[in-house]
Amino acid sequence: MRGAALSSSGWLPCVAAALASLALLCLAVALAMTVGEMHIPLQVALQALGNALFDLGYAVNPIQQGVLVDYRLSRALFAACCGGALAVCGVILQALLRNPLAEPYLLGISAGASTGAVAVMVLGLGGAAVGVSGGALLGAVMALVTVAFLAIGDGGTSERVILSGVAAAQIFNAATATIVTTFASAEQARGVMFWLLGSLGGVRWPDVWLATPVTLAGFAVCLTHARTLDAFTFGEDAAAALGVSVSRVRLVLFGTTAAMTAVMVSIAGAVGFVGLLIPHTVRLVVGPRHSRLLPAALVTGAVFLVLADILSRVLIARQVVPIGVVTALFGAPAFALILTRARRPA
Amino acid sequence: MTLAARDLRWEAGGRIIVDGVTLEAAPGRMLGLVGPNGSGKSSLLRLLCGLRKVRSGVVSLGGTNIGALSRQAVARRLAVVEQHAGTQSQVTVEDVVRLGRSPHRSALAPWSEVDEAAVAGALERVGLDARRDQPWETLSGGERQRAQIARALAQEPSELVLDEPTNHLDVRHQLDALTLVRGLGVTSIVALHDLNLAALFCDEIAVLAEGRLVRSGTPEAVLNPEMIAEVFGVCAEVRVSALSGRPHIEYRPN
Repeated sequence: MRGAALSSSGWLPCVAAALASLALLCLAVALAMTVGEMHIPLQVALQALGNALFDLGYAVNPIQQGVLVDYRLSRALFAACCGGALAVCGVILQALLRNPLAEPYLLGISAGASTGAVAVMVLGLGGAAVGVSGGALLGAVMALVTVAFLAIGDGGTSERVILSGVAAAQIFNAATATIVTTFASAEQARGVMFWLLGSLGGVRWPDVWLATPVTLAGFAVCLTHARTLDAFTFGEDAAAALGVSVSRVRLVLFGTTAAMTAVMVSIAGAVGFVGLLIPHTVRLVVGPRHSRLLPAALVTGAVFLVLADILSRVLIARQVVPIGVVTALFGAPAFALILTRARRPA
Repeated sequence: MTLAARDLRWEAGGRIIVDGVTLEAAPGRMLGLVGPNGSGKSSLLRLLCGLRKVRSGVVSLGGTNIGALSRQAVARRLAVVEQHAGTQSQVTVEDVVRLGRSPHRSALAPWSEVDEAAVAGALERVGLDARRDQPWETLSGGERQRAQIARALAQEPSELVLDEPTNHLDVRHQLDALTLVRGLGVTSIVALHDLNLAALFCDEIAVLAEGRLVRSGTPEAVLNPEMIAEVFGVCAEVRVSALSGRPHIEYRPN
């Protein structure tokens, strides 16, 4: 019933679902703009938004206007991109590796990206030509290659992939720690450590202009592969037998995943568990087909991280809990739950 | 012209797995592939499906070298049913059978009536139309096998390759599965362990031993005590079954 109804009746439910989720996302962003050390009523937030977008000329306190548009709006929009992108990455990795526990953080991709970013930030490797995001991308790709080398070399069972991810995360975290303790000044070290836990505090508009196109383009690439990802249900050979060029698809999608993760990590640090929590939750609602799973994960991930960011600001008065801590708070129990429920393929 | 191999050779880990095999599936008939464990049946099937790269020799599908065809072109006419198809994904029977349509659809093409008809037809032919929405994880071994065959049928193949489709099935489901495949009228290559099942269903049988094709021909010509002693190392008697009119093998414990 569920499958037949949605598959055959065309685009109307899709448009309705898209509009509803967009409205939900806007609501979350609006909420994020009102919450903070300075409480600003929703009405003022909307007026400030009107001023910024359409130059409507509402009388808004310039400090409030600045806080709302330059800090909170950019931060909320980036949180949305970051959550959406990480959730989509989780879906892709789980499908390609056929592993319910696969996600960028647990596979060490985030750790690799952190190492790359820190190498650029602290050591100045590559300088302006590479940039922090470029360094993160290089690190993410290196981590992926490490995991692939450790895991796929010998059959690549489910457990092996995760263990390889743990190993890669350890290697790259050690590298990051070495760089920070050896080469960073005390002030640099403090900044880096806070950033490593996942922090949206430093997000400004240029970050949004980088994260948005990367998220949307990455999502588009993944969505065009939705049916291909379905074909991986019974493994790589089964996918190949269904007409999928497995190595090409793997290259494209792993590359996309690495790029999305790297950009998010370079801006916000390693935010974990979003790629685990969101895909599994969404799957319970929309089922396993990727043409629905991917958009649903994008929107849900976006809303989730915006809300998580709000929580990180109100959890302890006058203090901001790192966003990575908040996502782990929800994600780690989910990880345990999935682990106990994961059944072996019969 | 269907699926054929000429002088096929393949090695893995420094060991020769498939050693100079030449065979051809006759159109619309069922070719059985038998041989002891480790004789290279599964590897040969993978090569025939184009799932492994041929290093020496040629596999041709419809007269064209399979290596020159795109994966999609191969999947449009050749369907594969694997030995152990397993997944942790919470898919339904319908989801599985729909996969069979993927080689026929472009990346963004919507689900069409042709696709729907192919899926419905495939489900009906394997007798799973009433279980369309049933989750994969709740299916029995025989039902999973039938779901996979339905998925292969949704591909609308002219050639069908099955790797031990009767594994882990009880007697009735073994007979059902092979009766089903035989009734499809497509060219099929089936790896089988049970020589009696091969005798009962196959039009031709190819015997593999240590990667080499040692016999091929009709069940009557191939299944004899000498071959069984030589290839399997087992004493056996072969007589014509009064029930089926086919060769029937009785084994004597060593």
